[in-house]
Amino acid sequence: MKIAILQFGGTNCDLDVLHVLKDVVGVDAETIWYKQEDLTGFDGVVVPGGFSYGDYLRAGAIAARTPIMNSVKKLAAEGKPVLGICNGFQILTEARVLEGALTTNEYPKFRCHWTNLRVETVDTPFTSKFRKGEVIRMPIAHMEGQFYAEEKNLAELDENEQVVFRYVDENGKVTDEANPNGSLENIAGIVNTSRNILGLMPHPERASESILGSDDGLRVFESMVDYITENF
Amino acid sequence: MQYQATVRIEQKAGMLDPEGTTAKRALGQLGYQVSSVKTAKLYEIVLEADSAEIANQKVDEMCQKLIANPIVHNYTIELKELN
Repeated sequence: MKIAILQFGGTNCDLDVLHVLKDVVGVDAETIWYKQEDLTGFDGVVVPGGFSYGDYLRAGAIAARTPIMNSVKKLAAEGKPVLGICNGFQILTEARVLEGALTTNEYPKFRCHWTNLRVETVDTPFTSKFRKGEVIRMPIAHMEGQFYAEEKNLAELDENEQVVFRYVDENGKVTDEANPNGSLENIAGIVNTSRNILGLMPHPERASESILGSDDGLRVFESMVDYITENF
Repeated sequence: MQYQATVRIEQKAGMLDPEGTTAKRALGQLGYQVSSVKTAKLYEIVLEADSAEIANQKVDEMCQKLIANPIVHNYTIELKELN
């Protein structure tokens, strides 16, 4: 098994993800510069966080339109898992493989702190190791994380149980105070209809070892690796 | 022919404009009471095309594919011929 971690100009969470996959989970992973357009031989992709292309035009807009994203779409079409974290989530929405858009935080400030998240579905390749309704902790670090989708698309996301994580208080309640960026319905992460592409604003790689304050995020990677082991 | 397209991108109605809201508040602190502040982005694109119609069509494609995000933005295109 081998997982590709994409690198664009301005990506900066690539090595954290590489560390978690190789040293903590213990699987083979490799960083891939975006100009290498071929992802043959990889069983999964992580699009890590950062500020690709300086967030020019819109966060994720330029990276989403690079040719390597066609390879990502091809790999996803084979059912292989694709995980977009923070700027990676923005890239996946800009590439139209995930619904909606991520716009400037309601209070337009870079917010960097821990959040409580409720696991809304365990029926994805990324959440099989969680319990439905479980409240977990992962940090956020973004300025453009306000999830927006048109009403009809939002209804579909709910109906198809495509919402994977919501910002909640420590008791697991969806509240305005727990919403760090004004995201509609406190949405922090969603999957596509085939469920093998996940985008989320919080950083699981920054919560993958207890020394960091939480290892809840590790289960996202472990679930992904389990899914690959079972299916590919 | 050479044309210059001025593309104006703004948030769709009903969407939050946090930058505008913040600017409005800051103006208030300077003593300017204004009803609203809305932000927009402007792009000036110079291109060659056989006619204004083709130029307009090309720029519209550019907006759909990259310059705007149709989920959250409305945009207008103004075209002028350059000498």
